[in-house]
Amino acid sequence: MDRIKRALDSDLFYSYKSSPLALVSSIVAAILIFSAVFAPLVAPHNPFDPGSLNLMNGFSEPMVPNAFTGDTFMLGTDDQGRDVFSTILYGMRISLFVGFAAVVFAMTIGIVLGLTAAYAGGRIDSFIMRIADVQLTFPSILVAMLVFGIAKGITPVHLRDQVAIWVLIISIGLSDWVQFARVVRGAALVEKSKEYVEAAILIGRGPAGIVFRHILPNVLSPVLVIATISLALAIISEATLSFLGVGAPPTSPSLGTLIRVGQGFLFSGEWWILFFPAMTLLLLALSVNLLGDWLRDALNPKLDD
Amino acid sequence: MALLEIKNMRVEFPGRHGTFTAVEDVSLDVNEGEIVGLVGESGAGKSTIGNAILKLLQAPGRLAAGEVWLKGERIDQLSDHEMLNVRGKRISMIFQDPMTSLNPIETIEYQLVETILTHLDISEAEATRRAIDLLDQVGIPNPAERIKQYPHQFSGGMRQRVVIALALSVEPELIIADEPTTALDVTIQAQILDLIKELCRSRNLGVILVTHDMGVIAETADRVAVMLRGKLIELGPTQQVINAPQELYTQSLIAAVPPSNKKIDRFPKVATEDSEGSALQNFDLSGHWLVRGDTYSTGGKSLLEVKGLKKRFQVTNAILARNRTYIDAINDISFDVQAGETFGLVGESGSGKSTVARVITGIYPATGGTMRFAEHDLTSAESRAEKQKVRRDIQMIFQDPYSSLNGRMRIGSIVAEPIVVNKLAGSTEERKEVVADLLELVGLGKDAARKYPHEFSGGQRQRISIARALATRPRFLICDEPTSALDVSIQAQILNLLKDLQDQLKLTLLFISHDLPVIRQMCDRVGVMRHGDLVEVAETEMLFETPQHSYTQALIGEMPKFAK
Repeated sequence: MDRIKRALDSDLFYSYKSSPLALVSSIVAAILIFSAVFAPLVAPHNPFDPGSLNLMNGFSEPMVPNAFTGDTFMLGTDDQGRDVFSTILYGMRISLFVGFAAVVFAMTIGIVLGLTAAYAGGRIDSFIMRIADVQLTFPSILVAMLVFGIAKGITPVHLRDQVAIWVLIISIGLSDWVQFARVVRGAALVEKSKEYVEAAILIGRGPAGIVFRHILPNVLSPVLVIATISLALAIISEATLSFLGVGAPPTSPSLGTLIRVGQGFLFSGEWWILFFPAMTLLLLALSVNLLGDWLRDALNPKLDD
Repeated sequence: MALLEIKNMRVEFPGRHGTFTAVEDVSLDVNEGEIVGLVGESGAGKSTIGNAILKLLQAPGRLAAGEVWLKGERIDQLSDHEMLNVRGKRISMIFQDPMTSLNPIETIEYQLVETILTHLDISEAEATRRAIDLLDQVGIPNPAERIKQYPHQFSGGMRQRVVIALALSVEPELIIADEPTTALDVTIQAQILDLIKELCRSRNLGVILVTHDMGVIAETADRVAVMLRGKLIELGPTQQVINAPQELYTQSLIAAVPPSNKKIDRFPKVATEDSEGSALQNFDLSGHWLVRGDTYSTGGKSLLEVKGLKKRFQVTNAILARNRTYIDAINDISFDVQAGETFGLVGESGSGKSTVARVITGIYPATGGTMRFAEHDLTSAESRAEKQKVRRDIQMIFQDPYSSLNGRMRIGSIVAEPIVVNKLAGSTEERKEVVADLLELVGLGKDAARKYPHEFSGGQRQRISIARALATRPRFLICDEPTSALDVSIQAQILNLLKDLQDQLKLTLLFISHDLPVIRQMCDRVGVMRHGDLVEVAETEMLFETPQHSYTQALIGEMPKFAK
């Protein structure tokens, strides 16, 4: 109870309450994430159950009863008669899972390398940060495609579809660790020069104790900001890769896959197959990004007063 | 008619937790040719008054009530545009930090001439001549050449002179000096204060001198206004306020100032509601965990012996050794500290005194020389575990109470950490008990254990820092400017606490400070440092009464005299 009271009284919560942008974007993000996580309960159909599909329902327009079966679909159906609303929910599940997992992966690498660079200093620092610099000279989508291509090359054909999601997570994570490492290193350098670190040395804490018990908890707030913004970017990266056909396999379509499939129908009049997945992606990325933006301002000590 | 009249000023800062009144019902006047000191502890609202006069309050602060009159003209209701003719032209300001109050990318000439041309209707050549003349008046040698230079080419004291020249450049009637010497060393402080005094007399200026330093007030001001939590509680001629203060708060404030002319045993306790922690109260320590540590004899020798200590830092790196540049922070210093005494190290900023502390504790490795602590050689290469056994006996209290505690840890964990890391407690219960006792001992009470550092004030944090240092059962405590970030009344409490702890726990102290009166109160023997050299070591009273080295003489001659 004490903790909840403290949290409700914190400056962060106050800033949250008084920012309409943060309120709206967090509500939108929460609804999207909730409906994706509980897709099997929320979705009216299971798009992966062929038994529930009726080809006669193909190309139903949104909110218009189907001419043959009389069924009405809120967001219409695709060529196979799959409910677009349900495929979006299931697709968003995959997009979000890949996004979260990629960010956690990137964050872990970034924090470990950033802390190591800052605390060790000297050559180790130069070595890690030069690698980061070199990687930054390539667009991250290229890095992700490169990793994805190599992984595809070395996995046996019959396993490809099963490992595709994990390969996607690793390739996005590897393309995104650099900013975590940079932010953590910068913050850790500041913390390292503070006197509480010297005090910890004097009482006999070893390097690992100092880095993980003392420095790490103090660099987490910028990491939280980067993680939120990175989540939006990772979701978009995943969608981009899937759109290009190198991401999520057709057996487990993500939002990007849906957009790729949908674009084939755009000029034949079935706009809803493309439009609704694309709008969902936009809403998801935008709300998460705005949330990250607000968090950055709220946690910035310079904007305190 | 007074030059400046403030009537019933009230400044408010509306905020999330209600409206904070920073200045409440303050009335004050300043005459021509008079220096009025505005003194008080942090948060008393003294700087806010200066900013409110110039309408420079930071949003959301506002002047809620009251009037400000400058030579019979009301200025608190002027528009921002009309204020431009008051600010800089009629009222100038001197800020605390000369490092940040000049624009680093423009020459001194540009900054002075620009200011003069903005306010006065004269030609550029005339303005330049005037600027050079001003630099000459504030005591900058070769003004015609130096005016072409950039701020970074001036030292701190010279820069503050330039700031004063800038403030004088448009012939103001009033100068507001906000802690003008706080960022400066003591020898430079005296020169700057003399300059302000002289300019005030010769130009018949009114000066408001905002400071926390009673010594500065005693030497400079004609009248003093004492502030406490936004209220002006005492106003009178300087000598009267210092020698016969009327208000209880003023009395306690003055009692807390370390006298420069004699050593007193403890700072007198004057009851104020601001006391942050109780002092030691018959805490029975016989047989307590705190005194159960290993004891070892020094065999009649000193506890710490430092011989020929050197420390060199690399400034720039290069592949070739000969291209690397170094700075010698300590050149070859030797001293010893006897068991049970307090040895002081005094010096101005950059003299290397803090580096000495960090080399002794092992935070920085020594470049050369030897250090012996009891029977251990601190410089020889031993394993980390063995080193830690010795180092446990040497602990340190840091200068900045805001960065010396990990803000993400509870006080209980902070104080318990040394015990856990060094496995000094037999059981969890014993550890908790010891932590509670330590917090009790430093006057915070055991309930503090559950809180986080941000819930405490600077003085209380310093007490936590002391409790943490004591948790390894040290025998040697290094205090690196432990009170320089604290208000004077809190400083007195912390210094008393240190003395009490030293008596009870038989601690040996190395006390580092730039503040000579504090050194005089705390130390048995003192070493004076300058540019990495130890120029003089003597018994405290001998050093203050008959300083031998010319630098020591200068230091002691320039320190603000504050005698009651």
